[in-house]
Amino acid sequence: MDGNYGYIALFLLGGAGFVGFNFSLASFVTRLVQSHRPSRTKGLAYECGEPPSGEAWVQYNVRYYLYAMLFVIFDVEAAYMIPWAAEFRKLLAELGTLVVVEMAGFLAILLLALCYAWRKGALEWT
Amino acid sequence: MPEWVQFSAGKHFQDLIAHLSGRSVPEILVMPIMLAVILGFICGSSLILIWAERKVAARIQNRVGPMMTGPRKLAEFSMWTGGLLQTAADAIKLLVKELIIPSKTDPVPFIAAPVLIVTVCVTAFVVIPFGPALSVSDLNIGVVHVVSISSLTVLSIVMAGWSSNSKYSLLGGLRSAAQMLSYEIPLIFALLGPILLAGGLSMQKMVLAQREYGCWFFLPSLLGFLIYYVASIAEVNRPPFDIPEAESELVAGYVSEYSGMMFAMFFLAEFANMFLVCSVAATVFLGGWLVPFMAVPEQMTPGYIALGTLVFFAKTSFLVFIMMWIRWTFPRVRPDHLMNLGWKYLFPLSLLNLLICAGVAVLKDVYKLNGWGVSLASLGALVFVLLLLQVVRVPRPTAFLEKV
Repeated sequence: MDGNYGYIALFLLGGAGFVGFNFSLASFVTRLVQSHRPSRTKGLAYECGEPPSGEAWVQYNVRYYLYAMLFVIFDVEAAYMIPWAAEFRKLLAELGTLVVVEMAGFLAILLLALCYAWRKGALEWT
Repeated sequence: MPEWVQFSAGKHFQDLIAHLSGRSVPEILVMPIMLAVILGFICGSSLILIWAERKVAARIQNRVGPMMTGPRKLAEFSMWTGGLLQTAADAIKLLVKELIIPSKTDPVPFIAAPVLIVTVCVTAFVVIPFGPALSVSDLNIGVVHVVSISSLTVLSIVMAGWSSNSKYSLLGGLRSAAQMLSYEIPLIFALLGPILLAGGLSMQKMVLAQREYGCWFFLPSLLGFLIYYVASIAEVNRPPFDIPEAESELVAGYVSEYSGMMFAMFFLAEFANMFLVCSVAATVFLGGWLVPFMAVPEQMTPGYIALGTLVFFAKTSFLVFIMMWIRWTFPRVRPDHLMNLGWKYLFPLSLLNLLICAGVAVLKDVYKLNGWGVSLASLGALVFVLLLLQVVRVPRPTAFLEKV
């Protein structure tokens, strides 16, 4: 049995519909009890309670990109390893321990990449 | 192998309607019923979990927590029965609060962020096996579906942080992105161990595989279980990994600018996600709905379904309770320590876990070791490796990796 993939589509639509319903209900109720009173001061960003100074859309630290790039490397690796793991026992019956050795080779190359990033200080925050 | 445990829960409704009206209905008609059930379940469980969180916090801090809302008689009985309607009162309060959209925000992602975070969480519930024959649909990509869908949460948090046009929101969103990216990797690799042992990705097959092995997978992959648990706490942004919304430094992080129902959606998603990760951990590592010391019947029996569901919820609640306990016990981790933990410790250890699991699978399939033999062998391997690490540690094994 493979399961019914239609549920994913239905739940995506249904979840969005649920939140949409909640929002429209809230916006109706707030107008009903008249708590909906926009004003200029209220429209300012709250931040920490003080009037905000300057824009918040600024350049931010490049270190975030380093983590994102490392993530991409290892996430792709995971995408290759999931089918290997799922079929491991079947492959074991056909190929024997070769199946472990091959994946170990693949992993070793990628671990080398991690070691390189580590040694270059990409994993250091300061 | 009992095939019936893989039936979709909608089939029960189909059978019931066929029994009542004497007419069979196509599956497409019961699908909306399943959606309604899951939405109701998410709302209901969040109401209970929020109340439970406050009560657990109160007990740990030697207080009584919310007591005034709910039946007076029950509140007089004990602290654990007081304030039962507190969350319902909070929900009504949030409903009547003004929905403020600050004038400088980017309105489309600002509104889309809470929609996405809840949608993603609801969709991930499709494959959760609440009991034998009680998953919405037992997709054969089960585990990958949960991991991939729930990793979209980070998108929503970055959207919320960026579109708010508030410095604290932006910082919270970015921190959250970096944290989730770092913990996604150990999380997936920790799950690879059980996937390898089970030889499939479907959640119900995972449970059946634990029946076949005769031991729950937290024994062969103890490391994997611990790594998954730690990484999932970081994934749902709960303390001690709550740096994206650290209230003492970032106000409320990415939810600073949200109010009323929009904030309520983030709150709902947090608790629903907590339940989600704990139920995945319970299914993959703790045997899911398998009742200890009881064989799974070959034919569908309502008694076993009820018992199995009860066991599943007991295991999940236990894990949720530990998460709350951790929240109110440990101080917040510093961001750079958090990254270190993810990349330098959990990730290599999750590879080690995978290796141990591969060894266990070889022992089982090639050398025909069974049940407790498998788990003892794996525990032995783990102890051996830990001892080895202790011995090798004297000059730190990763010293050559320090920054040059």
